[in-house]
Amino acid sequence: MEKISNFFKTFLLLELVKGMALTGRHFFARKITVQFPEEKTPQGFRFRGLHALRRYANDEERCIGCKLCEAVCPAMAIHIETEERADGTRRTTRYDIDLVKCIFCGLCEEACPVDAIVETRILEYHGEKRSDLYYTKPMLLAVGEKHEEQIAKDKASDAKFR
Amino acid sequence: MTELLQYLQNLLGVAWLPIWTLVKILVIVVPIMLTVAYLTLAERKVIGYMQVRIGPNRVGYFGLLQPLADGLKLLLKEIIIPSGSNKFLFIIAPVLALTPALAAWAVIPFADGMVLADVNAGLLYILAMTSLGVYGIIIAGWASNSKYAFIGSLRSAAQIVSYEIPMGFALVCVLMVSQSMNLGDIVLGQKSSVGLFGWYFIPLFPMFVVYFISGVAETNRAPFDMAEGESEIVAGFHVEYSGMAFALFFLAEYANMIMIAILTAIMFLGGWLPPFDIAPFNLLPGIFWLLAKTSFVLFLFLWFRATFPRYRYDQLMRLGWKVFIPLTLVWVVVIGAWMQTPYWLW
Repeated sequence: MEKISNFFKTFLLLELVKGMALTGRHFFARKITVQFPEEKTPQGFRFRGLHALRRYANDEERCIGCKLCEAVCPAMAIHIETEERADGTRRTTRYDIDLVKCIFCGLCEEACPVDAIVETRILEYHGEKRSDLYYTKPMLLAVGEKHEEQIAKDKASDAKFR
Repeated sequence: MTELLQYLQNLLGVAWLPIWTLVKILVIVVPIMLTVAYLTLAERKVIGYMQVRIGPNRVGYFGLLQPLADGLKLLLKEIIIPSGSNKFLFIIAPVLALTPALAAWAVIPFADGMVLADVNAGLLYILAMTSLGVYGIIIAGWASNSKYAFIGSLRSAAQIVSYEIPMGFALVCVLMVSQSMNLGDIVLGQKSSVGLFGWYFIPLFPMFVVYFISGVAETNRAPFDMAEGESEIVAGFHVEYSGMAFALFFLAEYANMIMIAILTAIMFLGGWLPPFDIAPFNLLPGIFWLLAKTSFVLFLFLWFRATFPRYRYDQLMRLGWKVFIPLTLVWVVVIGAWMQTPYWLW
């Protein structure tokens, strides 16, 4: 009996009609496309985008050259060289991040004892050749100076979860 | 208007007939080409909407210039001719695919008397022309001198030839019912006092379904698009084609789609007849109704593509040979017997 009813159901194309009803309903559904340059998806305060090096309010750079980030970096994208400054403190002479190697895991940010290296919300940047994506210390400091306000706000939002 | 035509006729003399026919051909072909262009946009939009996307909307308002941009891109691209190919056949194949698709339009009646060539064997002419398109595919696959193109062309040729048989039988039913091969007479045969209940899709409903599904398979459209199969094999018979030569195959495919849609409208959905022969419906011109029905069938093509997964090749052959051909044969006999009884109302 079931075989007979299945036979007739096959010829009535019921399943095909059901499938078409589904796509037909979606035809009128609200579209979920985000029109990128005009619209943007919301970002969390922990978003891991382009890197930045921060400074204190008195313009002293935060990085103390401990190389913890260089050690923890799983992609070995960070290269640091340090020297002893005239006032006896240790500072970096080079702080390079190769963004081609970087996997944006955020471990450098986690490792930093002084919140010097951070990942910002910036994701719309590009390079026309590979060397454009090799960020040096002055470039990273410039990113930090430009976006310090947003970085400080995101750090404050994150602080209560630590 | 008639005076102007008379004046031109006297002015041109013997050259009048070819020139006037050429004008008529242009009046048919140019809108077809525009429809083909905008069908590609409609396809992307409809499928996008069914997938909860919005489709192209950057080139012009609502993406309306997208077909022009695509066409321009393909025009400017290089046509690569494979070194081992037969160059003459390689170039002629896309032309052979497109020409019959356009030539079949000569006998399509757009409204009562609005037809380029009022041929009495119009249905036969259409069957002949749509069958010729397969030569373009076979030649394209062979001339490319590539095993992938060759296998692809054999597969799509086998598919097209297989589905032509149930399609032909479905048309035999229409022919029996209307007792005419003239497409205009077929439409007029569907005219009745009960409007859309007089159309042939009611007594021939199984044939209507078979004809349309065979039409989808005949034009190598999803879910029977083994020839193209963009998600698994990239392309079949036209792998070696690029630029405008490639575009011609696409024009042919879409022209064939419109062809099948308009034939379905003419033979099963009453052609240019309004659904009810009363005031608000029969005030609109016949061509409006024909185009509305054609658009509906074309929308079904796109709806199918957005809904159904691709058939496997052996299942496709099984459907064609073991389901459709017996079904159509049985229905030919049923219709023949039914027409002899007093219960035949059409």
